[in-house]
Amino acid sequence: MTIATIDRAPTAVPTELARGRGGGGPASKRIVVAYGFWIFILSDIVMFSALFAAYAVLSGNTAGGPTGRELFDLAQRLHRDDVSAVVELYVRARGVVRRTAAAGALPDLRSPHIRARCGLSVHRGLGICRHGGEGRRALAQRAFCPASSLWSARTASTSPAGLICARSIWWPRSIAKGLRAAVLRRLLCWSLFWHALDIVWVGVFTLVYLMGDSSDGRSRARVRRPHAGRRRA
Amino acid sequence: MSPRPAILSYTVGLGLAILATIASFVVSQTNLLWAPGIPVGLIVLAFAQIGVHLVFFLHLGSGPDSTNNILALAFGVLIVFLVITGSVWIIANLNSNMMPMPQ
Repeated sequence: MTIATIDRAPTAVPTELARGRGGGGPASKRIVVAYGFWIFILSDIVMFSALFAAYAVLSGNTAGGPTGRELFDLAQRLHRDDVSAVVELYVRARGVVRRTAAAGALPDLRSPHIRARCGLSVHRGLGICRHGGEGRRALAQRAFCPASSLWSARTASTSPAGLICARSIWWPRSIAKGLRAAVLRRLLCWSLFWHALDIVWVGVFTLVYLMGDSSDGRSRARVRRPHAGRRRA
Repeated sequence: MSPRPAILSYTVGLGLAILATIASFVVSQTNLLWAPGIPVGLIVLAFAQIGVHLVFFLHLGSGPDSTNNILALAFGVLIVFLVITGSVWIIANLNSNMMPMPQ
């Protein structure tokens, strides 16, 4: 019995005809690189599936801390505040620019009217920043519950995803070397990586945020009430 | 793939992905679905989203180039299924067999 190796395979078969089922010549380097990288991505997904399983097992036990739905609600209100603060800052900055342009020159900073206006703007801006900071602190205080295994599982499953995102941001820096074939293959792997990461995020988002939000079976109307006087762990 | 069909395929994929995302939010934030069915709806939409990503963005088609990739994916899905289902099953069983906690 003879074993066919790459060396002995007929070299006349063009690379484009390489088949995954054994026929044809050796596959092109691009296909082989993508396949090897695909194996790496799958091992990554297996690792994240272990973290998801831990989350699914642990998330129900909050030890008196806030449930997933309450956390989601708080985070949503905070994001609404952020959006309105950014819009307000934008409108204020645009108003200042427009008034300056209409006056044709910088406004006279010595006039008490302009001073009062500037003071008011600074005060409002600081207020907006402090408001955002307070909301964030309140969220952290309410969310942080070391006895809650929901907290541990959430941190354990979302921080590796964040780390792996952060790591891959500076991956395509080799573009600076020019778009050689090797660099193009690296970019292909980068695109595969990000889209596979998207798949992981579909899992994280569905399980941690959307299902955590709707899984304790209460109606939206009951959750909308203020969170005052809730039992703490 | 020539540029034009590639752009068309990416655009179709983007549209389908956005559609599935919006549907997920609508399902989770409204009472459109019967409440106990919401997790099932979300899981179905998540699988649709994953399918869109695999076909349109990761180019996992039925062509001969992706035969090996699909086999590897099938193996990965098996392992993921075993890890998640096994963990949830075993721990739920242990949990239901726990002694009642003293209040």
